[in-house]
Amino acid sequence: MEKKENFFKVKHLYNRAGFGIAYPELEHLSRKNLHKSIKELFSNAQKITDLSTVDASQTRQQLLIQAGLNGKKDFSPEEKEQRQEIIRKISQKGRDLNIEWIQRMISTDTPLLEKMTLFWHGHFACRSGNPLFSQQLNNIQRKYALGSFKTLLIEVSKSPAMLQYLNNQQNRKNHPNENFARELMELFTIGRGNYTEQDIRESARAFTGWTYNKDGDFEFKPYIHDTGSKIFFGKTGNFDGEAIIDIILEKPATATFICRKLYTFFVSDTPNEAHIQELSSCFYDQQYDIAAVMKKMFEAEWFYSPENTGNKIKSPAELLVGLSREFFVTYNKPQVLIQLQSSLGQYLFNPPNVAGWPGGRSWIDSSSLMLRMKIPSLVLNDGLIDFNAKADPEEEALLAINRKPKIQKKSYINAEANWEKFLNTLPKNCSTADLAAFLLQPLPGSKIKSLTTNSSDLKKTAIEITSTPEYQLC
Amino acid sequence: MLTAAGTLVVPAFIKPFEALALDELTLYKNLVVVQLSGGNDGLNTVIPFGNDIYYQKRKNIAIKPQELIKLDDMQGLNPNLSALKEIYDQGWMSIINDVGYPNPDRSHFRSMDIWQTASDANQFLSTGWIGRYLDSNCQSCKFPYTAIEVDDSLSLAMKGKTKKGIALKDPAALFRNTNEPFFKEMMNNDKEHLDEDNLGYLYKTMIETSSSANYIQNTSKIYQDNFVYPSTGFASQLKTVAKFISSGLKTRVYYVSLSGFDTHVDQTPQQGRLLKQYAEGINAFLKDLKQNNKLDDTLVLTFSEFGRRVEQNASNGTDHGTANNMFLFGGKLKKQGIYNAAPNLQDLEAGDLKYQVDFRQVYGTILDKWLDVNNAQILNQRFNTLNFI
Repeated sequence: MEKKENFFKVKHLYNRAGFGIAYPELEHLSRKNLHKSIKELFSNAQKITDLSTVDASQTRQQLLIQAGLNGKKDFSPEEKEQRQEIIRKISQKGRDLNIEWIQRMISTDTPLLEKMTLFWHGHFACRSGNPLFSQQLNNIQRKYALGSFKTLLIEVSKSPAMLQYLNNQQNRKNHPNENFARELMELFTIGRGNYTEQDIRESARAFTGWTYNKDGDFEFKPYIHDTGSKIFFGKTGNFDGEAIIDIILEKPATATFICRKLYTFFVSDTPNEAHIQELSSCFYDQQYDIAAVMKKMFEAEWFYSPENTGNKIKSPAELLVGLSREFFVTYNKPQVLIQLQSSLGQYLFNPPNVAGWPGGRSWIDSSSLMLRMKIPSLVLNDGLIDFNAKADPEEEALLAINRKPKIQKKSYINAEANWEKFLNTLPKNCSTADLAAFLLQPLPGSKIKSLTTNSSDLKKTAIEITSTPEYQLC
Repeated sequence: MLTAAGTLVVPAFIKPFEALALDELTLYKNLVVVQLSGGNDGLNTVIPFGNDIYYQKRKNIAIKPQELIKLDDMQGLNPNLSALKEIYDQGWMSIINDVGYPNPDRSHFRSMDIWQTASDANQFLSTGWIGRYLDSNCQSCKFPYTAIEVDDSLSLAMKGKTKKGIALKDPAALFRNTNEPFFKEMMNNDKEHLDEDNLGYLYKTMIETSSSANYIQNTSKIYQDNFVYPSTGFASQLKTVAKFISSGLKTRVYYVSLSGFDTHVDQTPQQGRLLKQYAEGINAFLKDLKQNNKLDDTLVLTFSEFGRRVEQNASNGTDHGTANNMFLFGGKLKKQGIYNAAPNLQDLEAGDLKYQVDFRQVYGTILDKWLDVNNAQILNQRFNTLNFI
């Protein structure tokens, strides 16, 4: 009984803290004390590897040429061609970066680290036309994913991607741009209702001079920094950006705001204020140590309670990564991963706005649900794709360059599941009912039961089970 | 908890076209939203040829007075919009100049977000304006197929908190998908899963999708479409909408889009090609509806996420701007032709047009006067209405 209960808990832990778990590992861990499994997740997460698809010097070179061409009045045909070529290459690099990350999530042996990175990717949501900036920001979000929230916040605030996205390049003494200061408080730290418009105006002045240079490095420019006295949260002083961040972090409301977001991402769409308060006190007392609060969450009894298990709608990233991990899927044409993300409504590195993806039930509408239920049979059976993603608005310029309208051809998904490997991970005498119980987090209802009693074919059952509404939940 | 299941029982109104009473058919006034993605250059769409500043700022890309289709002494249509000339002359078209919003955002994504959610520039909403109309649960918007987008995926504009539109490119394909044996078996309603939790929500969505797919397919397939449309993707979206409207589908809002308008480089041929597709598609669509006596019940709204800068750039293109024109089409327009004064090219803000009409006034007018809901309920604040309908 103890083992069976632990089996379910470890599976839940790995679904939420990672992207699922293979059967032998689950079997192994469910014999151990749950605390040990949690500890192991955290010790694995110390192995941090940057994304590296985007080459810094090459990208700088391309952007330099592009900037040079932008300044020109007239173009020769060669220059025109060169310019378009650079736009294409840069846009391709952006897609390569996306693919590197999603493939990383599929194959990683540090699932907690990548899951946390995914959380921060949505929390500090940002878009950049410069793939180098996107890569830098993603690496910051990974490096400090389980570190100090303060360091993470400062590093994100100093990243060229964010400085550019929230217009801090235009934030100068006597000409403040409040965009960054507003989102810093509204979305990144303390939340609406905890600050005034005056706090925004004053803190914007403190961030004047926070810029990046043409090499893509942070640079503080003293001559555009406002050194005057500022009144912020009732305090008066010659605050700079870091001082403002310190004052925001002094407010326990900041810890609560972050913990509510962690809770809705890792635990449940329905916030339980008592549980959030537990996390929030821990986070605040531990000086915003992210690992400490996450351990507290995974150790909490309520984390494993029935209302918090098998009832969370997987994000498209969780669904795609989980499925691909589970069945050891190889994508021979990885671009299809972008098409899938986009069709499902979560194109990584391209959040809808600075507030990130709303999540929960907003992932589901009639078309996205039909597609979600169809994807397993496409991916696992190399099916024919007969849907098209919407063009991303930021790619309109690229569309406009291509004279010929894109012919939408149907194509095969060109992916291979490693069935032999998958089936080998299953225990001997695994029944289709056992398989369903392993693949699903919600307890199998009568629908699932009738699916499994009618079949003894494990492969067929696996495809059917992953095509159910139940599989959308974790 | 089973009341949710109760509303899913559809077959009562799956009856043949002829069996529907006439008033049932005309009860449904339709709105068709046409999105031009990428930021269409409004100044080269409806050209302020009567203003010299236009020619000064656009030396290489200005449309010459002798080439354009003159509407009055000040404005004329891009020659590629020639298919709209007869529409305009019939009184089926209205042009609203200078539509925008305060503190405009020049990013495609953010500005499109603002237009689709009808938010302020510094506000982030996760529901769209049509989605919130669905949420309002008014008398005529309670069906899961009240809003249809002719595409494979659903735009934010169509997503509400509790209700969402349905996306489909081809009713027959959706019908086939939802009628596959495996899905049918999953949907076979044993009422076990229709709780209020997330699993119940998934089952409910799945069953609604299936019943909508059946209803849409069964209603529209009996309608014979014989009107000839141009062979473009855009026209075929409109043809699908016309088929739905003419067959008496009880849908109130349709959403289609045409993209590729981000013309930073060599604008003229690119924009011309798209405008031609747009005009010819709209022309066929309106005439088809007219033939089926549906034009008076239909209002078409065209928008783009922003206009472009008044001055051209060095690559014979234009960069992201702000205010833009919007078009309305229909058989019952109150104010036909040009609705308000041409853009003021002299009084600019950092090289961009200043808006005169907030786009939410246009939405608000449609919500109040066409979709019969109080616009304050949908737009979170009251917007004054205009007089185009």
